Amino acid sequence: MVSENKKKYWNKNLKYLAILLSIWFLVSFVFGILLVAELNLIRIGGFKLGFWFAQQGAIYVFVMLIFVYIKLMNKLDKEFGFNEDEK
Amino acid sequence: MSIQVWTWILVGITFTLYIGIAIWSRAVSTKEFYVAGGGVSPLANGLATAADWMSAASFISMAGLISFNGYDGSVYLMGWTGGYVLLALLLAPYLRKFGKFTVPDFIGDRYYSNVARSVAVFCALLVSFTYVAGQMRGVGLVFSRFLEVDINTGVVIGMIIVLFYAVLGGMKGITYTQVAQYCVLIFAFMVPAIFISIQMTGNLIPQLGFGGADENGIYLLDKLDRLHRELGFAEYTSGSKSTLDVFLITAALMFGTAGLPHVIVRFFTVKKVADARKSAGYALLLIAILYTAAPAISVFSRTNLIETVSNQEYKKMPEWFGNWEKTGLIQFDDKNKDGLIQYVADAKKNELIVDKDIMVLANPEIAGLPNWVVALVAAGALAAALSTAAGLLLVISAAVSHDLIKKMINPNITEKGELLVARLAAVVAVCVAGYFGIHPPDFVAATVALAFGLAAASFFPAIILGIFSKRMNSEGAISGMIIGILLMLFYMMKFKFDWFGGGTKEDWWFGISPEGFGTIAMIANFIISIIVSKFMKAPPKEVMEIVENIRIPIGAGEATH
Repeated sequence: MVSENKKKYWNKNLKYLAILLSIWFLVSFVFGILLVAELNLIRIGGFKLGFWFAQQGAIYVFVMLIFVYIKLMNKLDKEFGFNEDEK
Repeated sequence: MSIQVWTWILVGITFTLYIGIAIWSRAVSTKEFYVAGGGVSPLANGLATAADWMSAASFISMAGLISFNGYDGSVYLMGWTGGYVLLALLLAPYLRKFGKFTVPDFIGDRYYSNVARSVAVFCALLVSFTYVAGQMRGVGLVFSRFLEVDINTGVVIGMIIVLFYAVLGGMKGITYTQVAQYCVLIFAFMVPAIFISIQMTGNLIPQLGFGGADENGIYLLDKLDRLHRELGFAEYTSGSKSTLDVFLITAALMFGTAGLPHVIVRFFTVKKVADARKSAGYALLLIAILYTAAPAISVFSRTNLIETVSNQEYKKMPEWFGNWEKTGLIQFDDKNKDGLIQYVADAKKNELIVDKDIMVLANPEIAGLPNWVVALVAAGALAAALSTAAGLLLVISAAVSHDLIKKMINPNITEKGELLVARLAAVVAVCVAGYFGIHPPDFVAATVALAFGLAAASFFPAIILGIFSKRMNSEGAISGMIIGILLMLFYMMKFKFDWFGGGTKEDWWFGISPEGFGTIAMIANFIISIIVSKFMKAPPKEVMEIVENIRIPIGAGEATH
């Protein structure tokens, strides 16, 4: 019974990781490196878009990813009764 | 007041502050010495992690590197920040739940083997020593340029300061000095960035300013691309490295960041799992402030440098030019004897060599900012170098006193004895680091960048598999770590130090640079670990239970032996 609960929690955690890490890969390796030449044809103000992702955008997204993760996990902990504050 | 007087004042104030904090937060138990007692708040830990992480390389060298490499420099920006996403999502919460003092502790217990522990101790020492030598060099550089003392004296002063608070305070002392050091270094980095951004683009925020335009409405990046084309350099926003290499270097830096023991150990200092996640978030946010401003500084200083020197009379160069010439970090050779400075990509015609490391330090002078700003940058650079050096020294001392002595050689050592050994190990480590700072062997500069490859090739897979694969056993992890680190060492020695027959860029396997090879060695580690583990028996039941247990955040308890 307890073990079932833990398994569910872990699987949901893995699902979050898969989604967040896909975004992590997309903004850095895909936008900032693999597709940089194509994205550089698009401009935002003085920035070429690919260059902007490589030197600015990816970092902003990284920060957001961690804070989204914190939020999701805190919610998940509560849902499954793994929240330490309420213990 | 002159730059020198300002520097003495600011360096004096900040050093007094660090020493004061060290005295206030002395460590009296091993727990305080290794993990600051385990009760650091997430914000304080985020601040300390950020300072721990941002080294002389981030503060002094990175913007300069980007300045000279343009788009290619993006590998550092993405690599050294993206690793925190991996840390926060894949490592920090579980390692905190595991609740031990060091990274070799985790490897040794999870893989129920002192062989695994020894391999981990070896990797931790190798990575940390290569890294710390570069920090002491950075301290010496700042002292020699701004305080006009001998570079060796500078290193010794830095050693004494670090010695004082790392040995006295352990992790507790380091944590709270790092909080102060973060504030000093970020202030010192951002003030000149904001000044110059206003000067060049009228925009208060450097991160936006470098996408802005000058007074003639020409975008700064377009202007720089044009200047680069005219002088024969690769276009700033395109770079010249192959896509494969950029990809692999970025990956090696990211996975290496997530595998660096001095960063990981910071997450052992918070109270609970949720706090470990939160402090990773704060850490990256605080790091991102510097990392998004650095490429702006790169563009400003590159443009400023070219406009100040290119085709200008040597005799009319401003004062900073001569000052840096004295240190040998700017060299001018009037090849065609016309009295003008030709700064071009063609090595035969180029007359000016500018060391990458001086861009951040010289930037405020090049832009003509007030003297106190120049001095502030010096104090900031020292904060960055000292905070990282201290964090690394603690990993070294803990690896010796805790993992080697307490866990393997003499398990009966008393708490007091262990603490004494830890302090002695820190003293020895400072001296070794200082020695390398004063007599930098050629390989130091090369290996600092490669420390990431080593960390990625050794620790990252062992830790990840230890958490995410219950079936991973000691045979798999040990063979993976050994093959990974040997492969990385081999490639590095062959192509960086010319051993094993050496080789040039043309001989690189598939055009992969030694910096990017860490990713390949890491993949090899993963594959070998998984294959070997399949053929060997599953880990004992207690170990599988440990893995089950670290996946659930509740009941983290306190870090224990």
